[in-house]
Amino acid sequence: MRYAEAGYYLEVDLATGNVERVATDPKLMELHLGGLGTSVKLHWDRVPPETKAFDRENLLVFSTGLLNGTPVFSANRTVVSFISPQSDTLAYPMMGGFFAAEMKYAGYDKIVFKNKSPDWVYLYVNNDKVELRDASHLKGKGAVETQELIRKELRQPKAQVAAIGPAGENRVFTASIEQARSSASRLGGGAVMGDKKIKAVAIRGTKDVFLARPEEFMKELQGVTDYIKYRWDNPIKDVMTILSGIGSPQEMLHTDEKWHTENFAWGNARTRRRDFWTEEIDASWSKSQNAAVKRLISCYNCPTHCGALISHKDTPRYMAKCFGKLTYAMAAYVDDLDFSWKILQRATEYGVDSFSTPQILAFAVELYDAGILTDKDFEGCPKDKEGRFFWLLDRVAHREGIGDILADGVYFAARKIGNGAEEFDHNTIKKHEQLPVKLGTLDPLYFLMYATNEKISITQMEGQWPQSAFPTMEQREEFVRDWPQIPDEKFKQYVLDWELRGEKAIPYYPTPPMCCEIVDWMEMMHNIDDAVGMCCGMSSFCLKPPYHIHNYPRLISAATGMDLDETGLKQIANRSRNLHRAYNNRKGITRKDEKTPADHWKRRFPELEDELLSTYYTYKGWNQDGIPTRERLEELDLGYVADDLEKRGILNDGKN
Amino acid sequence: MAKIKKKVRTITVNADKCNGCRTCEIMCSAFHAVPPYSSNNPARSRIQIITNRLEDIWMPVFAGEYTESECMGRNKYIIDGKEYSECDSCRASCPARDLFKEPDSGLPLKCDMCDGEDVPVCVKWCLVDALVYEEREEEVEENEVKQNTSEMEIGLESLVKKHGFDKVMDTVARLSLKG
Repeated sequence: MRYAEAGYYLEVDLATGNVERVATDPKLMELHLGGLGTSVKLHWDRVPPETKAFDRENLLVFSTGLLNGTPVFSANRTVVSFISPQSDTLAYPMMGGFFAAEMKYAGYDKIVFKNKSPDWVYLYVNNDKVELRDASHLKGKGAVETQELIRKELRQPKAQVAAIGPAGENRVFTASIEQARSSASRLGGGAVMGDKKIKAVAIRGTKDVFLARPEEFMKELQGVTDYIKYRWDNPIKDVMTILSGIGSPQEMLHTDEKWHTENFAWGNARTRRRDFWTEEIDASWSKSQNAAVKRLISCYNCPTHCGALISHKDTPRYMAKCFGKLTYAMAAYVDDLDFSWKILQRATEYGVDSFSTPQILAFAVELYDAGILTDKDFEGCPKDKEGRFFWLLDRVAHREGIGDILADGVYFAARKIGNGAEEFDHNTIKKHEQLPVKLGTLDPLYFLMYATNEKISITQMEGQWPQSAFPTMEQREEFVRDWPQIPDEKFKQYVLDWELRGEKAIPYYPTPPMCCEIVDWMEMMHNIDDAVGMCCGMSSFCLKPPYHIHNYPRLISAATGMDLDETGLKQIANRSRNLHRAYNNRKGITRKDEKTPADHWKRRFPELEDELLSTYYTYKGWNQDGIPTRERLEELDLGYVADDLEKRGILNDGKN
Repeated sequence: MAKIKKKVRTITVNADKCNGCRTCEIMCSAFHAVPPYSSNNPARSRIQIITNRLEDIWMPVFAGEYTESECMGRNKYIIDGKEYSECDSCRASCPARDLFKEPDSGLPLKCDMCDGEDVPVCVKWCLVDALVYEEREEEVEENEVKQNTSEMEIGLESLVKKHGFDKVMDTVARLSLKG
């Protein structure tokens, strides 16, 4: 009897069409939980580091998390993992929506795709019945459109479908996998899916998911529920509105975008428009959003409303969430929010990441303005800002003309275009486009998170620590008063002592050792969320969230029957983090890659940054190249990883 | 004929408030698992969210009576410009569709308002208030009040309808011989 997990992987060989249902070792859950944890282990075991994104050996894995399909609120994330065409590391974008739970109900913890299909196919899973079906009639269809067509074709209104659009088919490096109101967007999962010629995965499941100790579990869930209601009634004071509640940033609900539009950079991560948010803009944007948002909607088993059904004038309907609302308008320097709803629809049907893609388009516009790209490259392109962005988006999604080069993302496009284009690649880390935020003074916490994490995306790393110091002691005392989520009481003192200016302010405070502890805490919570399939909006991305290091062990224990305490859970999270790090070390990642763009902050402190990195490595039990030591790996039952790294000459303790 | 008091239990469905999360399906199936909450499976739920996302349709529907034959015709609603699929508004467990049937046996499911609980669990766990529970008393003629049929009786009745009385009796007899 397996609890919380299904106990089976579905292995699909696209080259032969062979499909197998493979029982998994229960020990895997004890060592790696599930979700990202067990997926990293699977990639470590089966995908050698020589493998590139579009090699047939690259595995594409759709994974549920350990708690998906249990009654735990907001455990609805699907983790998609693969070698990224952009970063050449093990990427793991996640999507909310309804897919992971349906997969669990169909009886599978993961779907593992290997090799490539000779023809376009989609996978249809209906419990034990699994088939690869012809998808030639779906080629060229939009990612949203495809989901509906498949549901109709299968006569399964309750099937959940994850699909790629034309961008994925054309192996655009920023291609996403779209599903319901969500998408797995970062680092090119859609491109890998397209390379394997998988147009979509459709699932219907009607089996049971079991809990080991139901009474104990429901008691714990009641506590979580009470806290959710408490947080609804008690938003956090003295922080910006979108951070005061729970759930992902409520971009579809709130119309006040003063903070994003004035603090984030416009264009190719260039300009802060500090006086942008006027009364007229407020009125016009509110009107536009209130007209476009037809209904606020949630993901599976979640009481929040982070997404929305968008119905903007004649534009076909689609669903949206989060920051995509602003990225295209800001990148294009367009002050009309109507533009966002229109271009986001096309981008969603194409299936592209709405963080990276607008930056690629803005990068192209800058190169054109600088004379590096010419009229020949832009032949046929409208002159107005809006028209230009639509034209460029079309070119990128179809890899036509200049779009073929841009479709590899800013880093590779800059190098291919040359002629000084590299100078305009000023917002990538590990070849991946970052949030367009360029601020004044180096923030030591953000420096570490940007530089070191395997996610390569800040929004999946930050969260439970306030984004800046509170101005007054009263505010600090108020914030720390009711803070049961912290792993250690000392974090309260760090907040109390943290000043906006002076010695105890950034960049020197929190001190490097404190920064390590705080970042380690953020990482740990994200790692646990990603293993159990929890939306970080209800956990690690959120100030004072419903889930934390103290109630997670009780929930996981009651669900699975394992007796897991905080120490045990931390050990698993560390194991996962270090195995992932070792995997990426095997792919060539070392200290030299762990840096942020020169203009990420105006005021930089090279010596301090070096100290931060060194202190962090030591704190993590890694050598000064950023590689876990044998001692650290053995503590985490990863002796076999140390053997492998030594055999490859990557780990050479004492000599690195 | 004597008047007696009958408890009328109502769940008001405010479909406009539904965010489509399906927690009600999870909790319904978990509550009715044996032992309670030991498993969940929305396909076994006696409440189903009829969903057509792009049409802006999220409509919670409760399982009503079992019917052995489908209607002579179908109907389709268009309300406020939204086109609902055939049978969307119907509560019956019916041969025309998969809804409200146990996924393993095909036996019909029927909402029992979570008998014994203060409030049906779907209502209790709907944190967005799309489901609201009310109880009131009505005076009715005594003979109008039917005895509650047990779950086993409902199941057996439908098996009899499906396979015939003799076949069910034979099977029960054979099972009893096996001990």
